[in-house]
Amino acid sequence: MIALLARELRLALRTPGDSLGAVLFFVLVAALFPFGVGPEPAALARLAPGALVASALLAALLPLDRMFGAEAEDGSLDLLLLSGVAPSGLALVKAIGHWLTTAVPLLLAVPVAAAMLNLPTEAWGVAVLALALATLVLSLLGTLGAALTLGARRGGVLLPLLVLPLAIPAVIFAAGAIEAQAGGVSPRPFLLFLAAQAALLAPLAPLAAGAALREG
Amino acid sequence: MLAVDAIACWRGERAVFAGLSFGLGPGEALLLAGRNGAGKSSLLRILAGLLPPAEGRVLWNGEDTAEDRPAHARRLRWLGHADALKPTLTVAENMAVFARLAGQGPEAVAQALAAVGLAPLASLPARVLSAGQRRRASLARLAIGAAPLWLLDEPTVGLDTASVAQLGLLLAAHRAAGGMVIAATHLELPLPGAETLAL
Repeated sequence: MIALLARELRLALRTPGDSLGAVLFFVLVAALFPFGVGPEPAALARLAPGALVASALLAALLPLDRMFGAEAEDGSLDLLLLSGVAPSGLALVKAIGHWLTTAVPLLLAVPVAAAMLNLPTEAWGVAVLALALATLVLSLLGTLGAALTLGARRGGVLLPLLVLPLAIPAVIFAAGAIEAQAGGVSPRPFLLFLAAQAALLAPLAPLAAGAALREG
Repeated sequence: MLAVDAIACWRGERAVFAGLSFGLGPGEALLLAGRNGAGKSSLLRILAGLLPPAEGRVLWNGEDTAEDRPAHARRLRWLGHADALKPTLTVAENMAVFARLAGQGPEAVAQALAAVGLAPLASLPARVLSAGQRRRASLARLAIGAAPLWLLDEPTVGLDTASVAQLGLLLAAHRAAGGMVIAATHLELPLPGAETLAL
């Protein structure tokens, strides 16, 4: 499995445009809010937590429909399924790879987006932490969605429709944590709830995705 | 020893084939013949465990392969229609991943690439290879580590005669070591003494 993860990272490094594209998408979506809401600082700061989480999750969705699609097209998926690694293990590697190659670059861009949304600087640290957990939830759910929609004709459209509703709890608690910190309240309970979601999905989503890959 | 027990394959409402049984012992080879859509690729996918048969079982030494698919996967080498090469990785890197999964080191990769005459191209990115060279690179993957069962789908597509002869050497060495080969093809394959199964 380490060999497979190394392969994921190497492939991502050879085509940095994919990760960079998601980061630019994140920053641009976050930049749309000041234009839509108007530049009034107080109104922006109120919107900032939700806008930040929503933009990050949308950006993290971008590479998901190629996650298994690209592997299936060039025949690699058959070889991966025949490599002796269990399909659920393969799904777990894909989820971790997605988080490392898509979510981590997004986290680095959080200060840029947060500044544009006028989020108080004392909440930036919590914003990175909350988004790290929320994107982890999305990586796990997204791997499941990608495995389920593999081979479906409108997979690229179906996938967000399948994954985003399931990500609503993560949005609520991530935005809650950032808002709590900005309002001077402890974000701890929100972050713990987020971590609990990630802990629940970490075994379940790869198992379900593995079953979908096997039948696909 | 591979044995196929009355397997059937359905595509929609239509039976592609049904009640198919055959056996294969060490050193033996089987050619799958039939028109396009006759189910050659589907049969190979069933044998590999990539596709569950609609009916029947695939047995290895008397045991149902569906019960332990990772173990079955480890004793076979798969050559599909597509070459499964990542264009941004070098030829050697493409091979190395699967070598590590098969428990082999870089020297096994170098040996396998030499066997198909690709050693000089090992450090080039796979996107610069020609179609025939890509096919040879995926053939090289067969020779990494030992696996008793080779499943080949149109292995010679795009190969020149010299490369087909090289493939013949690989196949002969594999069979001499007690390996089995099942190949679906429309073209002549260097598999002396192979039985033909018409679908």
